[in-house]
Amino acid sequence: MSLIQNFDLYAPKLVDRKEYLCSGHRACQGCGEVLGVRLVCKGLGEDVVIANATGCMEIVSSMYPFTAWEVPWIHVAFENAAAVASGVEAGLKALRRKGKIADRDVKVVGMAGDGGTMDIGLQALSGAMERGHDMMFVCFDNEAYMNTGIQRSSGTPMGASTTTSPAGKVSMGQKTWKKNVAEIMVAHNVPYVATVCPSYPLDLIRKVEKAKKVKGPSYIHCFTVCPTGWRSASELTIALGRLAVETLIFPLYEVEDGKYRITVDVENPRPVEDYLKHQGRFRHLTPDQTKLIQERVYQEYNKLLDKVENLQAWSDLKYDLGMLD
Amino acid sequence: MAKRVGMEVAIAASEAVALCNIDMAAVYPITPQSHIAEHLSDIVADGRIDAEFVTVESEHSAISCVAGACATGARVYTATSSQGLMLMHEILPIVSAMRLPVVMGIANRAVSGPLNILNDHTDIMSQRDCGWVVLFVENGQEAVDLTIQSFKIAENKDVMLPTCVNIDGFQLTHMVEPVEFPDQKLVNKFLPPRKPYATLHPDKPVTMGTFAMGDIFPEVMKAKDEALKGAKKVVLDVFAEWKKLFGREYKLVETYKTEDAECVFVTMGSMGETAEVAVNELRKAGVAAGLVKIRLWRPFPFEEFRAAIGKAKLLMVMDRAIVHGGMGGPVSVEIKSALYGEKNPPAVHDYIMGLGGRDVAVDDFEAMAKKSLEAYRKGVEKDYEFYGVRG
Amino acid sequence: MKKRKWPETWQEVSPGCIVAAPANAREYLTGSWKAQHPVWDDGKCIKCGLCYIFCPEGCIRETEKGFFAADLDYCKGCGICAHECWPGAITMVQEG
Repeated sequence: MSLIQNFDLYAPKLVDRKEYLCSGHRACQGCGEVLGVRLVCKGLGEDVVIANATGCMEIVSSMYPFTAWEVPWIHVAFENAAAVASGVEAGLKALRRKGKIADRDVKVVGMAGDGGTMDIGLQALSGAMERGHDMMFVCFDNEAYMNTGIQRSSGTPMGASTTTSPAGKVSMGQKTWKKNVAEIMVAHNVPYVATVCPSYPLDLIRKVEKAKKVKGPSYIHCFTVCPTGWRSASELTIALGRLAVETLIFPLYEVEDGKYRITVDVENPRPVEDYLKHQGRFRHLTPDQTKLIQERVYQEYNKLLDKVENLQAWSDLKYDLGMLD
Repeated sequence: MAKRVGMEVAIAASEAVALCNIDMAAVYPITPQSHIAEHLSDIVADGRIDAEFVTVESEHSAISCVAGACATGARVYTATSSQGLMLMHEILPIVSAMRLPVVMGIANRAVSGPLNILNDHTDIMSQRDCGWVVLFVENGQEAVDLTIQSFKIAENKDVMLPTCVNIDGFQLTHMVEPVEFPDQKLVNKFLPPRKPYATLHPDKPVTMGTFAMGDIFPEVMKAKDEALKGAKKVVLDVFAEWKKLFGREYKLVETYKTEDAECVFVTMGSMGETAEVAVNELRKAGVAAGLVKIRLWRPFPFEEFRAAIGKAKLLMVMDRAIVHGGMGGPVSVEIKSALYGEKNPPAVHDYIMGLGGRDVAVDDFEAMAKKSLEAYRKGVEKDYEFYGVRG
Repeated sequence: MKKRKWPETWQEVSPGCIVAAPANAREYLTGSWKAQHPVWDDGKCIKCGLCYIFCPEGCIRETEKGFFAADLDYCKGCGICAHECWPGAITMVQEG
């Protein structure tokens, strides 16, 4: 049991006890994504407006005439969560400046799944981040289009079997590597970018609180286990999230002003086998294919370590190019 | 006494928006809407109005952005044309279902393919079923007046539906016309601050955009349909109030020399003015011609239309759009449906004209009238015709 | 559970399908979904609160004495709390 696990063991009593997404929502048993939303909301508090994309979270929480939301919330369509969020931000900004609404800080948060962020939603996200709206965007990544029946997305990992990238006689399932949207966000000069996982709740809440304080865009990538889509046992949701971090498949880090920092240190990384074996979506993998995944995980982690060690905060960069005399 | 100025109509439209104290606008450029967007950004850049101006990365995001802002209670505006409107299409029925009073200016342009940046009505006709209030203008003054009126119509508590003003791209948007801008104080009186039905704010949290299953979806659709039908009365009230405050009268369906007309043109948009001149010329040549101009397209003013055509025996419908594989042009289809069940309905001749910016001049109208009258007098039934197409 | 007037007529439907009553989803008791439910052994419980944190339903509450229990009206029986409990204070028991 590492130090982090011990700390997580005792600190939960300090977490905000208010629920912003109430029980009575229709998520599957053991849904990691709805837990992710629940915990993110604890970091956000009540002074928020959430703009949600179509997807599991929208469907399980907003079937007319019911809503599971305690906070203001809007859903418009699938690919425009970031565009709607930027509109909400612009509207609130104008109304507050013109004295038409209360002079009160309200954080606007866009939420979408991996499909609604990385695929169909990427344009709107890129536009919103580029324009610098004072908004947070949280991607709840369960690695496929789960709501429509477990189809692959660009967030689906190599080798995963989904309904549109099934494992078959001549196919190993997903044939491409997972798209790294956090890196795309850093390239947009987003001041705060972080990866989180509900299995590390305090790390998650702390990062959400940090992102909330940014006066400008921020991005959180939340790794969420889906027992239904991943064909894993519902009670293993937290364990699998932990394994994803411990096998270095999903490192928990933050990028603040361009400075990379790993926030959950993994002292003794575990082999990817330990993570893959609990999930039906990977059960077809051969040892060679697993090795391929292992090698890539090391490569990606090394790339991250390289950034952690060598990249400085943007505001600390002081190369003298001799042109500002 | 208000001053009359000569101004490009697109610029005049954005000046009209500026009079409405909007809180936010989101635009993406497309010919021929660009002048509306550009001038509005000039107005904001000079601090003449206090509004958030968001230059989004696509039209889909433009409509999504204004929808989000509208949901917070802001008064919002956007503008587009053709392909941009097609890209917005997914979101248009959502905005009306969510009862968000977004106002949009459309510089009508042909829809691809092939690519064509010039005027016709295919863009708005492709959005017929979206549940928006749809208005057409004929000249610069109408562009100014109806843009301001649109906010009042859309925000009315019995309507709460998005509204669009259609201005013929290039044919009208890029023409310099004499316009009279209403006095700001009077506009403020006419258009008080928006009182939203619900807003996104932690002071009073609501959930917007819930999904509906089959046990309630049809009821939701009926409610929306009733709201759109009910918008007709609100449009009439707004027109009446406008006449009182500003002296200019608007009708849902305008008539010109229809009292004793035997054959009547039916137009929408700027071609109405050309048709008026053609009616005068035809009258000089002894033809009892008349003209009916539809201003409110959705909700369609069935009663007013039937009243406007009076005892005319022949309607010549000028459709600036084609419904491929259907009955010809969308306006003629609507008209035939308006006349269904009438005792002795007039003959309806449908001309598909002016597509892709092809100019339709006074003598073209005269030629169409001659053609129709000839066929009508011979008792020949006329299928829809692409006017002026070679071959 | 109070009875909701359902289904509504078209005149009664909320404009825009806006739901103005926050968190009224509490009226929908998801507890009927479960095939098993968690039982706490207070003798083993160290009151860490992790079960409360990890419940996707948010239906685990602190009792008066500072121990924990699931609201069985909402508990879907996923078994996360039992699996994550360090001292093994929670056991999943089959329904019926």
